[in-house]
Amino acid sequence: MAVTTSPERDIVATPMQRAPREALYAGAIALGLFVLFIGLRTDQNISNELILVQRWWLLAVLVVLTMAGRFLYVAYGQPFLANQKIVDVATGLLPESVATRFFRLPYFIAAIVTVAVLVFLAGSLDGLLGPGLAGYARFLRALATIYALASVLFYFRTFIHAHFSALGITALALYPVIVVLVLALYGGSVAAGFQGSLKWVDNYGIQILIYVMLAWGLNIVVGLAGLLDLGYVAFYAVGAYCYALLGTQYGLSFWILLPAAGAMAAFWGVLLGFPVLRLRGDYLAIVTLAFGEIIRLVLINWREVTNGSAGITGIPKVTFFGLMTFNVSDPNYIAKVLDIATSSAYYKIFLYYLILGLCLLTAFVTIRLRRMPVGRAWEALREDEIACRSLGINTTTTKLTAFATGAMFGGFAGSFFAARQGFVSPESFIFLESAIILAIVVLGGMGSLVGIAVAAMVMIGGTEVLRELDFLKQVFGPDFTPELYRMLLFGMAMVIVMLWKPRGFVGSREPTAFLKESRAVSGSFTKEGHG
Amino acid sequence: MSDASSIQKANPGMNDAILQVEHLSMKFGGLVAIGDLSFQARRGEITALIGPNGAGKTTVFNCITGFYKPSEGMITLNRRDGSNYLLERLPNHEIPARAKVARTFQNIRLFSGMTLLENLLVAQHNKLMKASGYTILGLFGFSGYRKASAESVELAKHWLEKADLVDRADDPAGDLPYGAQRRLEIARAMCTGPELLCLDEPAAGLNPKESMALNALLMDIKDNTGTSILLIEHDMAVVMQISDHVVVLEYGRKISDGSPHAVRTDPRVIAAYLGVEDEEVETVLTEVGDEDVIEQLDTGPDSAHGPGTSSSYFAGPVTDTVGHSEGERVTVSKGASRAAQVDAKSSAAASKAASPAAAKPSAKPSAAKSSAAKPATKAPAKPKTPGVSSRRGGRK
Ligand SMILES: Nc1ncnc2c1ncn2[C@@H]1O[C@H](COP(=O)(O)OP(=O)(O)O)[C@@H](O)[C@H]1O
Ligand SMILES: [Mg+2]
Repeated sequence: MAVTTSPERDIVATPMQRAPREALYAGAIALGLFVLFIGLRTDQNISNELILVQRWWLLAVLVVLTMAGRFLYVAYGQPFLANQKIVDVATGLLPESVATRFFRLPYFIAAIVTVAVLVFLAGSLDGLLGPGLAGYARFLRALATIYALASVLFYFRTFIHAHFSALGITALALYPVIVVLVLALYGGSVAAGFQGSLKWVDNYGIQILIYVMLAWGLNIVVGLAGLLDLGYVAFYAVGAYCYALLGTQYGLSFWILLPAAGAMAAFWGVLLGFPVLRLRGDYLAIVTLAFGEIIRLVLINWREVTNGSAGITGIPKVTFFGLMTFNVSDPNYIAKVLDIATSSAYYKIFLYYLILGLCLLTAFVTIRLRRMPVGRAWEALREDEIACRSLGINTTTTKLTAFATGAMFGGFAGSFFAARQGFVSPESFIFLESAIILAIVVLGGMGSLVGIAVAAMVMIGGTEVLRELDFLKQVFGPDFTPELYRMLLFGMAMVIVMLWKPRGFVGSREPTAFLKESRAVSGSFTKEGHG
Repeated sequence: MSDASSIQKANPGMNDAILQVEHLSMKFGGLVAIGDLSFQARRGEITALIGPNGAGKTTVFNCITGFYKPSEGMITLNRRDGSNYLLERLPNHEIPARAKVARTFQNIRLFSGMTLLENLLVAQHNKLMKASGYTILGLFGFSGYRKASAESVELAKHWLEKADLVDRADDPAGDLPYGAQRRLEIARAMCTGPELLCLDEPAAGLNPKESMALNALLMDIKDNTGTSILLIEHDMAVVMQISDHVVVLEYGRKISDGSPHAVRTDPRVIAAYLGVEDEEVETVLTEVGDEDVIEQLDTGPDSAHGPGTSSSYFAGPVTDTVGHSEGERVTVSKGASRAAQVDAKSSAAASKAASPAAAKPSAKPSAAKSSAAKPATKAPAKPKTPGVSSRRGGRK
């Protein structure tokens, strides 16, 4: 196709000229999109009649916001971004990066002072400012803390980058200790420290680590072998029900059932794998999706065994390697054995270290396997299946091993999940879970353990943080619950990350062997696999 | 499949042949891509398989390496240790693993996101898999595996040196220039330790310098490893220079077989492959004196005929458009054989109607220039005339 240069092409409108026009377009589109969603709303009145509620004000606000956003982006955002790439004629240098301009020492000091003052005033904030403003003040404190922490990270960025894994593992290992210590200092007693740590260890620590483990397990199937599996949660369910059923029925201990659950999930992985692995791409995705749903429906409908949607309760707790238990009534309850104060936090902290150990096991096995022939064959399969066959690689068994290994880790995570909740029901194993796990793998960068861990932390931790944003209630009214916007934010974050880094947080790939020096392979060469 | 499938050949004299292809046929629906093809490749030699685009060369390779199951025929591979394998019965991945046949692809298939070294290590998968005790021993750092793994790196290094790529061992394969990718694909195939190496157009798209390097690599493989080579090649200069034996295909049939010199002077090959100019064809046809055919030449492709139902090679207008597995789309008419024209010419004196369909060389010359130039607007020819439309795939 010939390129015709029309005369208008040469006269480029300045951003200021384009901005109002584009803002108008954006406004028109927003109006068209939102008029039925937001401008009108169906509701029921007192006599149960359907009525239309008109919300033109809200609509107007949103459209104006959209227009303003577009205007600012075109008028200032785009030129600013473009300027970042232009070399200064005099010095021959690129402009100082946005990050270095954002993280400056004076700002850092200001942030520290703000935090210090607000922490000092913490108790009397409500009295000083009234409840409304105090909420904002706490928000400001949180922002300042985040900024200060980010500055520290930024300052040490090269060091952190070089020792990321070691630092990460150390931080994770110390996390409960630090949480308890900080809260103990804050609350003035050790007991308060343990009590306060519950939320942080359980909701953040354990919750995130479960997803890290699941995503690392799925990473073997999707990231390494390139097989799109939309039903991964099925193996999670198999593991959870394996522990729940065998634990409640036969009273077997977690330490026996953990490997059993892994083996069971791997077995189901192979069973599913045999018929479906000859399928490729979209077909494989659909069949695995169906498999996930089938397992869930079986769990709901096979009432005699699974107790249907009511689920299984009273799943035994994990014991401390059979030496101590976490049941207050038991004679060898941990607090009695060690002669310390009773607290439910011990169990959570123990579970935290347990899942951390399982995660590290997953990572260790994955790293080890990648350097073994089977792991290389997985990646080769993702790159080009036909070439693999021409080299004598049995692609069916290779795919099966990937499926089984991934499923096994899903099974481990499942049995841990059952032990932690003490209760399982089919509700926990819906398609959304598979989608979230897959989203984490894709966001993190397929194949990269570090990227995936960061993605899990951001996505799962981020949605948990929403529960903390109470001050938003002051902005949007008391019946505003930020958690409900979890999925919206999740989706928005995914879109943004995918635009900004289409290959995920860590797009490059570490080679598994090298002759002279190991250089990361840029994401533009690696393939995602076809199924 | 086990050694049960490897039968000992009755004829011991055949054993200097590493590969025997007997009565091989491959049909895709109504299209006969290979028709009753028999040839041999001798051990330690470079055998070239040549022919115009769409002649079925890649299909022969796909049959040998198990990507296609042939419709008919037998492909026997005789290994150096005396064992024989019937390749058409082995599953795809066992052909490289057990029968020791390696191949490259017409459109390069490297693991582009893996480094050169990794590409060559993947090629040694089966060996390493055994050494690692199917992963289990290797997972615990068993010393036998570590030794095998070090050896595999040495072998990879050896082939990287041969292919002159050792400096780039730690770069991703997708980052290499085209010629180097071709050499890497050959090195990767050699890392499987093959006895027969099948190369599909290795010189396609190379510049003269790269082509020279490739020739040197092939000669080196032939002289130093004892690996026999089966080569598909378009560049006649390369073929004449390095091959010991040439088999010529046209429309799935073998039209010539012999030493490079003999093949070069075979009139059928000259007509079919080395190219008879349009005018010459016309002269041939005038000599043959078939009005039908001359009319055909003027009218261009027969647009009235859809895909024929008959699968027979000479049964009139089998015009079939098929999606090729490697992305090319070739429409061939089975009546368009140029070799057949030469046959026809020589037999014309004896009898004009000797072999009606074959002797009606409704030729649409293969050169791309002509096929597009003649629009199919004129009245279609009589149905009995072999239809022609040789749109050649846009591969080159
Ligand atoms: N998988 C396939 N399905 C249908 N037709 C095919 C297939 N593979 C090859 N063919 C047809 O077989 C013929 C020979 O093709 P090919 O072996 O690629 O020729 P060459 O390699 O000699 O150029 C072509 O007409 C092609 O369209
Ligand atoms: Mg070909």
